[in-house]
Amino acid sequence: MAIWLTKDSKVIVQGITGGEGSKHTKRMLAAGTQVVGGVNPRKAGTKVDFDGTELPVFATVAEAIAETGADVSVIFVPPAFTKAAVVEAIDAEIPLAVVITEGVPVQDSAAFWAYNVAKGQKTRIIGPNCPGIASPGASNAGIIPADITPQGRIGLVSKSGTLTYQLMYELREFGFSTAVGIGGDPIIGTTHIDALKAFQEDPETDAIVMIGEIGGDAEERAAEFIKANVTKPVVGYIAGFTAPPGKTMGHAGAIISGSAGTAEAKKVALEAAGVKVGKTPSETAQLMRDILS
Amino acid sequence: MDLFEYQGRDLFERHGLPVLGGGVAETPQEARAIAERLGGKVVVKAQVKVGGRGKAGGVKLADGADEAEARASDILGMDIKGHTVHKVMLAETADIVEEYYFSYLLDRANRTFLCIASVAGGMEIETVAEEDPDRVAKIAIDASKGVDEAKAREIVTAARFPAEVADQVVDIAVKLWAAFVAEDATLVEVNPLAKVGDGRVLALDAKVTLDENAGFRHPDHEALEDKSAVDPLEQAAKAKNLNYVKLDGEVGIIGNGAGLVMSTLDVVAYAGESHGGVKPANFLDIGGGASAQVMANGLEIVLGDPAVKSVFVNVFGGITACDAVANGIIQALALLTERGETVTKPLVVRLDGNNAEAGRAILDGANNPLVERVDTMDGAAQRAAELAAAGK
Repeated sequence: MAIWLTKDSKVIVQGITGGEGSKHTKRMLAAGTQVVGGVNPRKAGTKVDFDGTELPVFATVAEAIAETGADVSVIFVPPAFTKAAVVEAIDAEIPLAVVITEGVPVQDSAAFWAYNVAKGQKTRIIGPNCPGIASPGASNAGIIPADITPQGRIGLVSKSGTLTYQLMYELREFGFSTAVGIGGDPIIGTTHIDALKAFQEDPETDAIVMIGEIGGDAEERAAEFIKANVTKPVVGYIAGFTAPPGKTMGHAGAIISGSAGTAEAKKVALEAAGVKVGKTPSETAQLMRDILS
Repeated sequence: MDLFEYQGRDLFERHGLPVLGGGVAETPQEARAIAERLGGKVVVKAQVKVGGRGKAGGVKLADGADEAEARASDILGMDIKGHTVHKVMLAETADIVEEYYFSYLLDRANRTFLCIASVAGGMEIETVAEEDPDRVAKIAIDASKGVDEAKAREIVTAARFPAEVADQVVDIAVKLWAAFVAEDATLVEVNPLAKVGDGRVLALDAKVTLDENAGFRHPDHEALEDKSAVDPLEQAAKAKNLNYVKLDGEVGIIGNGAGLVMSTLDVVAYAGESHGGVKPANFLDIGGGASAQVMANGLEIVLGDPAVKSVFVNVFGGITACDAVANGIIQALALLTERGETVTKPLVVRLDGNNAEAGRAILDGANNPLVERVDTMDGAAQRAAELAAAGK
């Protein structure tokens, strides 16, 4: 089954003709993803060739859905156009919109989230500024490399892209059901809690890796959720123990302000919820290995 | 980006919010000229992006231009919690009758914005929230609706502003929201928002944070950046579009992806505990899909830091191809040597993921005595810390 993305998922790419969009469309196809088309109003009606696979370009997301039955959109458009692209996906009621774009103004993210809520949340939004979602061996929507790990029974949710890859690599002996990169922006669509809930309900996931980083209190809230709702084993990792307060560490959301948002506070909260927290990625992988073997 | 108070004041003024007359000075002479223009009593305030300046002696009253010049001379050059005062703001004084608190900020948990308002202003709002939570109103703002007059009334009622200032605060709440949206702010805070002797309500302080991601629609925001406070290495990195933060250790760090680089800082700091307490010297994220050129630029910045004794390049190739990273390292070293610079700092490199085999082969083939390849992130961190400790 995996969560949210399966071998049956039909994927379109908003911004399919752009540099990033076309590069990753190729990679998604190579990973076995059913990419069925793309959206670019200026190139509607044309076809794009990806190493022998011809994909149609549609004017709108709604048209793409009507023609192809797509149920996932991966969004690669530049920051200035991201809000409009997500709003269009919401209007078309696509079940899953994965927003890869980095550098989206936070007021734009807040605006499309509010719009999604007003429209009854028919669309699950992942991101922005995220690597996407991958169900190894089944489908890949975004930029997570498809060949790190085979299919397996660990679920992973992470704020960070490269740490996702690192942990998938360290635990490739077990494989993963689904890995979800939720992104490191202050406002994001899908949260740790959403993914934890889905993994808890997924019969093909036995254990969960949760990766967080400094800033905000999402990990603390996830800890409360785990305590009350998650019975599967969860192993956690938090990046940024030695990060100084007041300096943004790459991700717009990764900043310690005052006493809030520290890695230590997050670790304490997670451990209080029964989550084993590793000090380093390799130690975290070992904690999971101990649980599964 | 956090603004100085005077920049916040100017921004408020541009958006029609009631502020006192004021100006900013970098010299005592400029301060005198502003005091003359304002006339009478003025307050001279150190412009630093840190709290507690009043207690540190960074805020003084002055009666007339002579005194203003003298106070500015005292305050300019002061050190407040590690921040040197390069500018003072001069403002008209006000006879404060009551002090309130008002802010709009991001509410990450609810994925929207929040208004915090209180009639107990003037002190730290965190303190009020702790000691007297009933006097702090928190009202969620729907990002798609914003703050109109009705919403502003809701805020004023929830925070129990006195009836005689209600209309003024409603007007301020609406205008402040408009400024928040128009400028792509993530925080606007007025503390105190004050009622003065003649009954007016004025914004007597301005704390503003702007969203750097929105820079593309605010070309004017670039001028607000405080170039004097930025570390020269950070400035050089920014000019090359690199995401670099200077830290105070000895191990230079280069990696791809914010999370992995943060994690690398941690792993190096842990390793440093057994190697003379060496620490990471910087955060540098070369991002996804970095080319050899980007790698070379990054290495140049990190090696340019005299505190750096060793460098740890930690890459897990997702989009980034490890062979490009390896080529970048070799090219950067060649480039620096060509320029007549002698590179003596050892590099420890760990490559995994996309094209890792090819990347490792390039490094091994180059056979550069300064470059050492280690297979795991932990092992490489240990080695980099060890080399930094030896080079100290």
